[in-house]
Amino acid sequence: MNKKNTLSNPDTNGYYGQFGGAYIPEMLYPNVEELRKNYLKIISSPRFKKESDTLLRDYAGRPTPLYFAQNLSKQFGTNIYLKREDLCHTGAHKINNTIGQILVAIHLKKNRIIAETGAGQHGVATATVCALKGLECIVYMGEKDIERQAPNVARMKMLGATVVPATSGSKTLKDATNEAIRDWINNPTDTHYIIGSVVGPHPYPDMVARFQSVISSEIKNQLHKQAGIKWPTHVIACVGGGSNAAGTFYHFINEKKVKLIAVEAAGCGINTGKSAATTQLGTQGILHGSKSLVMQTKDGQVIEPHSISAGLDYPGIGPLHANLFSSKRASFLSATDNEALAAAFHLAKKEGIIPALESAHALAALSKVKFKKNDHVVVCLSGRGDKDMDTYMKYL
Amino acid sequence: MNKLDELFCRKKKNILNIYCTAGYPAINSLQTILPALQQQGADIIEVGIPYSDPIADGPVIQQSNMQALQNGMTIPLLLQQLNSLKNSIHIPIILMGYLNPVLQYGIEKFCKDAKKAGVSGIILPDLPMYEYEQWYQPYFAKNNLHPIFLISPQTSMQRIKYADKLSSGFVYAVSSSSTTGSNKIDTGQQQYFKKLKSLKLKNPLLIGFGIKDKVTFQNACKYTAGAIIGSAFIKAIENSKNIQSTTAQFIKSVKQ
Repeated sequence: MNKKNTLSNPDTNGYYGQFGGAYIPEMLYPNVEELRKNYLKIISSPRFKKESDTLLRDYAGRPTPLYFAQNLSKQFGTNIYLKREDLCHTGAHKINNTIGQILVAIHLKKNRIIAETGAGQHGVATATVCALKGLECIVYMGEKDIERQAPNVARMKMLGATVVPATSGSKTLKDATNEAIRDWINNPTDTHYIIGSVVGPHPYPDMVARFQSVISSEIKNQLHKQAGIKWPTHVIACVGGGSNAAGTFYHFINEKKVKLIAVEAAGCGINTGKSAATTQLGTQGILHGSKSLVMQTKDGQVIEPHSISAGLDYPGIGPLHANLFSSKRASFLSATDNEALAAAFHLAKKEGIIPALESAHALAALSKVKFKKNDHVVVCLSGRGDKDMDTYMKYL
Repeated sequence: MNKLDELFCRKKKNILNIYCTAGYPAINSLQTILPALQQQGADIIEVGIPYSDPIADGPVIQQSNMQALQNGMTIPLLLQQLNSLKNSIHIPIILMGYLNPVLQYGIEKFCKDAKKAGVSGIILPDLPMYEYEQWYQPYFAKNNLHPIFLISPQTSMQRIKYADKLSSGFVYAVSSSSTTGSNKIDTGQQQYFKKLKSLKLKNPLLIGFGIKDKVTFQNACKYTAGAIIGSAFIKAIENSKNIQSTTAQFIKSVKQ
């Protein structure tokens, strides 16, 4: 933590510029404070590093390939690389974070793990590491999401997790997060809350960003080894809460010549009232313990967003990203449901890869940016499309 | 003088603070509930500002928040309702709400307008004490509004003192590690209450969360100046045909 570099890391109070902090009820303070005091010490210890590196390599399958996409490159007249997070164990980048957090939880002597999940990817990644480490796992999931993501619910159960339906509010990710927070209030001593994105009270945004930063650290090495290039010209990632984007940007944030492109879910269109493009539609507010950009009414009530992709269907954005947006360090684009679907089908046909609907939003940005022949563009393919086959089948 | 100070000067024991959600069960319910509570001898009324994501609340208060929002409750309307009641309500009214709606209203304007509406104190459970001290303290002070902070069984002695230093009126002692309306009795809860009793704080303490009837109220009063009832009251008026008589019955059953 330092005071100067507020673009990639927060200051001592957890702020990225004007965004961040820890807006939590007193009942959560001891837990969050315990984590805040210890997380940097734990994750920089040799024991943690050794165990985390081993798990990331042998269990999660890292490093994931950086694939030079020949056909896309030809089509867009530039050099396009896909960072293959879809090849991680459990099918998405989410496991990078859950491996890190389960080790932190064990270090803090917690024996009960809770998590929230939207599409179920983070829930599955949490259930997976809990099974591995033999810890009790409770995953909160909106009642509506349980209905629309049945295969992931089954996976979590097979992995031994208890899936608890969130029946409050709109019964989706936002409410699952509320329920997980309430669980933590009720279980203050033995429980660790594994938040799945770069959201929540400080130190979560920073901790999760650090665990996901392995993505950009590998991109850097691989570009150098495979193409002899020191820096990419563009890195592109989709943003809901923003964990894969935080990981993809992390080691490039302070290298101004690398263009950071975040792609939000426009849903049916920015101005249709059915969208999840938080930087376009949100205003400064507080959600789930941090100050950031939030989709809300003028009275400060949180608005339920819409996206075809459950992983981007979130009315907020991590404070790191809110700051990258307001400082103009990153450009924020958006892709509609239809554009994402088209990009997913296009990648399947052109490169033989079926992407997750979330990642398809990042791919959709390729046709929205003008690239030069000598550019080196990295797109984070954050997850695979198996979980989205029900949706894709409707459009076959 | 702030009405809370007057109250605590006059009365040291058995202070009964009742929580209700503004706009619940009907949009204009405060107009019935507030006079009824006053008439039945409640000492303080805590009026909840409804919010879409009340993370410290259990199912009963969550539901009342959702209903109140569906009914159309907003901060401007709530303040307007309080304004119209202020000449008839003499007991202290405190507002309880989450920070986000208050920030959108504007915290400086909120404090000013709350004072105008006759409010004596404010509870914002997700406003960190540090942020309050850094940024918001002057607005509260200028309008003679008492900031009331929470402590829980897990709160360290050092932080209890910090909450006491920043609070005025009273300090809100959460009875157990839980959200509102839980029946959870932590092992060691009596121990915690005893500790509360032995604390030499500048402010009186009121115990809240899980206080629901005569037994739990009296138990809390053994150790502190009084207690706060929320979910149990909300539940009582949920399906009431006559809120006035339900309120009377409820308060009687607690105080007897």
